[in-house]
Amino acid sequence: MPASSASASTKKPSRSKLAVIGEKALEALIRFCGISAIIFVLAIFFFVFREAVPVLFSGHFNLKEFLFSTKWYPTSMSNVRYGTLALTVGSFSVTALAMLIAVPFGLGAAVYISEFSGPRQKETLKIIIELLAAIPSVVWGFIGLTVISRLIIATTGTPVGVNILNGSIILALMSVPIIVSIGEDALKAVPDSYREAAIAMGATKWQLIMRVLFPAAKNGLLAAVLLGVGRAVGETMAVLMATGHAVQIPHGIFDSVRTLTANIAAELGEAAAGSDHYRVLFLTGILLFAITFAVNITADIVIRGVRKK
Amino acid sequence: MNLTRIRNSLPQRKALLILALCAASMMISCSKKASKNNEKETTSIQVKGSDTMVNVAQAWAETYKSVAPDVEVEVSGGGSGVGLAALEKGTIDIADASRNIKPEEVEQTKKNTGKDPKEFICGFDALAVYVNAENPIDEITLPQLEQIFAEGGTTTTWAQLGVKVPGASNDEIVRVSRQSSSGTYEFFREHVLNKKDFKLGSRDMNGSKEVVELVGSTKTAIGYSGMGYANDKVKMLKIKTDKGVFAPTVENTVSKVYPLARSLQMYTLGDPQGAVKSYVDWILSPAGQKIVADNGYVPLSSTTAVN
Repeated sequence: MPASSASASTKKPSRSKLAVIGEKALEALIRFCGISAIIFVLAIFFFVFREAVPVLFSGHFNLKEFLFSTKWYPTSMSNVRYGTLALTVGSFSVTALAMLIAVPFGLGAAVYISEFSGPRQKETLKIIIELLAAIPSVVWGFIGLTVISRLIIATTGTPVGVNILNGSIILALMSVPIIVSIGEDALKAVPDSYREAAIAMGATKWQLIMRVLFPAAKNGLLAAVLLGVGRAVGETMAVLMATGHAVQIPHGIFDSVRTLTANIAAELGEAAAGSDHYRVLFLTGILLFAITFAVNITADIVIRGVRKK
Repeated sequence: MNLTRIRNSLPQRKALLILALCAASMMISCSKKASKNNEKETTSIQVKGSDTMVNVAQAWAETYKSVAPDVEVEVSGGGSGVGLAALEKGTIDIADASRNIKPEEVEQTKKNTGKDPKEFICGFDALAVYVNAENPIDEITLPQLEQIFAEGGTTTTWAQLGVKVPGASNDEIVRVSRQSSSGTYEFFREHVLNKKDFKLGSRDMNGSKEVVELVGSTKTAIGYSGMGYANDKVKMLKIKTDKGVFAPTVENTVSKVYPLARSLQMYTLGDPQGAVKSYVDWILSPAGQKIVADNGYVPLSSTTAVN
């Protein structure tokens, strides 16, 4: 075969060795950053499981009682009982009511910002809503404990103002900025051609929003709502102060409850490291993991089912 | 200077990099020098624990600054349980507690740190039962309190105590309690509930002040807290024993006729040394005890005078 004389005439563009090594190093660094997120999550799981699991084999611990009993007496002198049902119901009720309040307001605000407001109004509204997100959760708890509590007592006449309603209002105010930001991004991502086509067909603005935009942006809007739920379930300081911190199954929205998160925050400081109480609190953490995981999985399935349509 | 032009030319980029490294090293060495200076001059004492004692502890810390300016006392609350747990780990110098240390906590401290906790009683307090100022009730007995607060207790409405609270829509007794890390909670459980557990459904507040505030804003509430936290929206109930009816006052605490009188103590790791010893001695001296009296608690000297 004839020697490839062509290679002698073409000159390859030269790069310094430093540039090549530098680029490979940067690529490795970025890959490491990406993998490190997975490593951190696995490390957290490992740590929490390691602290919690020994209590499952300790003999006087009953998993069924832990999940389904309402009696939480970890420091009892006579009869130690670990029952988290009341706490789970507390977390669930506060989050559910909060979402019932936050989702209409959040999605409504997202639609207004995306479809109805002019550019300057859009910027101002987005800045103000971001400010709402910047308020620390302990300040929200304080607002719930003082302002909202007095409002609830004055308008409804219940004896105590720190209850499910109070906690839900505060959680809703904390979740709305998330729902609005991500919802507005989801609506912005819908191509303008959809809007133009709908208007060309004679749709009113309302029909455009309900029949065209919501179905088109539903993945993003569902993601926004789920992130809001995630924020509400994981919230600790605000609910610790605003819900009344009472271990009981509520009979109405004016009853005080205690959430799983507030329970861990209040009791972990005094639990001696390695004691049963300490390990059961970590087990409560695993329970919280499981709940958030279940919420995310159902959401995934719903989105997938919705996508198939 | 146009930074893009600097970025694009190699020798100027090198100069910028060297300048950045110099600035960073200067900042690091400066901060190291500053901390070294501080270490030579101030010692810090970590105090943690009882929420009942946190106001007194902070008052002591602030006044002690004028006595020994080179000692910095850092006070935090969290409850007697939290303070004793930190002492077990050896992370603090003094634990404040409104209850006595438990034998298993003594054992754990010895195991973790090798030292026995040493107890210093630094004052006395009366645990008062608070109701809203508009509640007509004036006195209560310990068995009645047990029926209200303990698991299996049958008293749930004010009508069962023969009391009608004016202007209240709902007759149910709103129980205000503390979280389980609190020494006040443990003292109440031991001396009023006779070691039985609390009835679930009480509003468990974070601190002594929050209990009084919630009782002050709720007409049908009842709660317990230190006597130093009273304000004009609440009233303290007298306790009726077979020896008579006693209010939570300084005199009744000193003479121990009030049944819920308790001691406030500090725990250190072994015998205190150096700065910690001076601080503890100062707290037990008349100067420190005056601060106890100023904050609404009972100082030591009055009880020793009685004894």
